[in-house]
Amino acid sequence: MTLGRVVGEIHSTVNHPFYNARKLLVVERVRPDGSAAGGYLVAVDAVDAGRGDAVLVLDEGNGARQVLASADGPVRSVIVGIVDRVEAG
Amino acid sequence: MLLGRVIGSVVACEVCAGLEGTPLLLVQPLDPVQRPSGRVLVAADATRMAGPGELVYFEGGREAALALDPSFVPVDHAIVGIVDRIDVRTPEPSS
Repeated sequence: MTLGRVVGEIHSTVNHPFYNARKLLVVERVRPDGSAAGGYLVAVDAVDAGRGDAVLVLDEGNGARQVLASADGPVRSVIVGIVDRVEAG
Repeated sequence: MLLGRVIGSVVACEVCAGLEGTPLLLVQPLDPVQRPSGRVLVAADATRMAGPGELVYFEGGREAALALDPSFVPVDHAIVGIVDRIDVRTPEPSS
């Protein structure tokens, strides 16, 4: 999993049926101290995250399908947690 | 998934079994604020509705093939949605 910060959202009507009514967020990768690490992901939101939230993103297909209760959804990235605090040392 | 801009299409007459009729589009990957980022790639269009100029999001890896029917096909990138509206605000660089 990786740490990220929600920087935006995507609205779409023409999409694969799996993505109907699923919230998609743009997540910037961040370092443990919260600074931008470079790179981003478009991820399905499973925890009701919002803009500015520090989040935990799972970027692996089988786990993502398990979280979203889908046997064959074309999905890999899912936001699985909202981070309250990171202690790095 | 990443954001991309469709910049063209690819026509292939001879393709592997399962890929017949699958639209193949040229996609320029973008960063969150829609600047080109990285190498242009060829993606299967699972929406079958995307066209040149459109902003899309696409999946990579094994999951790309799952977007297609049949799903056991040799595809490594697939467009799974067309963006209607995107609202991204990245924080100002702190340095």
